[in-house]
Amino acid sequence: MELLLEPLSYDFMVRAIVTTALAAVVCAVLSCWLVLIGWSLMGDAVSHAVLPGVVLAYIVGAPFALGALVFALVAVTLIGVVRNTSRVKEDAAIGIVFSSLFALGLVLISVTPSQTDLNHIIFGNLLGVSVPDLIQVLVLGVVAFAILVLKRRDLTLYAFDPTHAHAIGLSPRRLGALLLGLLALTSVVALQTVGVVLVVAMLIIPGATAYLLTDRFSRMLVIAPVVSALCSITGIYVSYYLDTASGAMVVLTQGIVFAAVYLFSPRQGLIGTRLAKARRRKAAAVAV
Amino acid sequence: MSTPAILVDNVTVHYGEVLALDAASLTLDPARICGLVGMNGSGKSTLFKVIMGMIRPDAGTVRIHGQSPSRTRREGGIGYVPQSEEVDWQFPLSVRDVVMMGRYGRQGFTRRASKADRAAVDQALDRVELGDYAGRQIGQLSGGQKKRAFVARGIAQGATTMLLDEPFAGVDKRSEATITRLLRELAADGCTILVSTHDLHALPELCDEAVLLMHRVLMHGPPELVLQPENLAMAFGLDVLNRDQRDSNERRSA
Repeated sequence: MELLLEPLSYDFMVRAIVTTALAAVVCAVLSCWLVLIGWSLMGDAVSHAVLPGVVLAYIVGAPFALGALVFALVAVTLIGVVRNTSRVKEDAAIGIVFSSLFALGLVLISVTPSQTDLNHIIFGNLLGVSVPDLIQVLVLGVVAFAILVLKRRDLTLYAFDPTHAHAIGLSPRRLGALLLGLLALTSVVALQTVGVVLVVAMLIIPGATAYLLTDRFSRMLVIAPVVSALCSITGIYVSYYLDTASGAMVVLTQGIVFAAVYLFSPRQGLIGTRLAKARRRKAAAVAV
Repeated sequence: MSTPAILVDNVTVHYGEVLALDAASLTLDPARICGLVGMNGSGKSTLFKVIMGMIRPDAGTVRIHGQSPSRTRREGGIGYVPQSEEVDWQFPLSVRDVVMMGRYGRQGFTRRASKADRAAVDQALDRVELGDYAGRQIGQLSGGQKKRAFVARGIAQGATTMLLDEPFAGVDKRSEATITRLLRELAADGCTILVSTHDLHALPELCDEAVLLMHRVLMHGPPELVLQPENLAMAFGLDVLNRDQRDSNERRSA
């Protein structure tokens, strides 16, 4: 008990835990759709491409979220243009656009005074979350979370069968745009905690983990955020006691839990399915 | 004369340089089942997309019961049963979840299901005889059951026009008979059904009429007539075969 409570006596630890848990929950909910649509690479792209937007917002003193949204939009548009108007395939288009924008962000950081703050955007600075940071993450996180939960059925329909969405008078294009917008928003939330480089982990691993545990999307939407939040808090505690990088520790914990689920999940797990196969083979042999 | 259920009038569609539909025209009366026959790339899917309003034709008009496709869509009038390959069967949804998606157009902002929605879904599931399978993940159904689940979605939606893309692909004989019976029942209730299929032998039993498509509508009539070998040759392009032959001859001589 002492072990759990001691870190909470520091304000910075409390702020770190609150921001991480919140970012973890929002990212995890979004990740359920990303892994099912096959947008993991898109998540990677958007989370990197927002960097120049965040830096420019910092320079002119605008909200980070605004800059991030603008650049997410720029990235998605550029990817679409390159894919549709040249012979370059989509994965290459995504790679070109996001790495170039990310590089632009790094260049902008290198010419901006007060480099320390901005470097935190790249690797995250969990333990240095200030009160205004916390408020921004709270507001954006709550907004993104609310939209995701309220529109969850439409988003699932979009992920599963956009043609049917169209056939009943909904707009698949608008739903896709909504999901991308939420991706940009969520990236900003997660930047604060694990940084640009590792956001993608928070945007993919929880959904993938939950997908291996259930056959019901509605349950994925509960399992992913719960697992993700627990992993994140565990990661922070471990980093506190072992004095390791906090953002990286959070992601590492998520990766370890995914590996465990991958191996031991009752229905989809590697070991479970192998055992079932062996049992069936044995039964067949006995029957013969 | 009554208003046709589906009216496609002189519709032309290009994808870039490629001509998909060339002044195609088709009139289908209500409560009829029509088989759409043509080889791959003959424009079957494009015709479906035009009827659903997913593609705006370069020229020509489309009317569903006298209305524009977009208006019909908003009223939930068009049900679509996708080809098996277009569906992610691993998707974590139950049969009931999928059928409930037929009701989304009638529901509020968050698509919360009402008692009436649940009743409509149960009814649709019973109608296609999948009531006992409602809780199954969709991938755990047989080929024929999967098709029926999507037909149930159209029923729950209250669709008056249904488009089925290759409903007999990967379906065994018995399920094929079940699906045929189900579609006949729906047509008897007034639903207009357009079925694209490669499965020619299933057509006479299922369809009231058949259409041969090769970018244009080559022929539209009773299935027995349309399926005459010399007519099929027209749609499946003996002409194309001849040209291939000619090409290879030219290559050989060159």
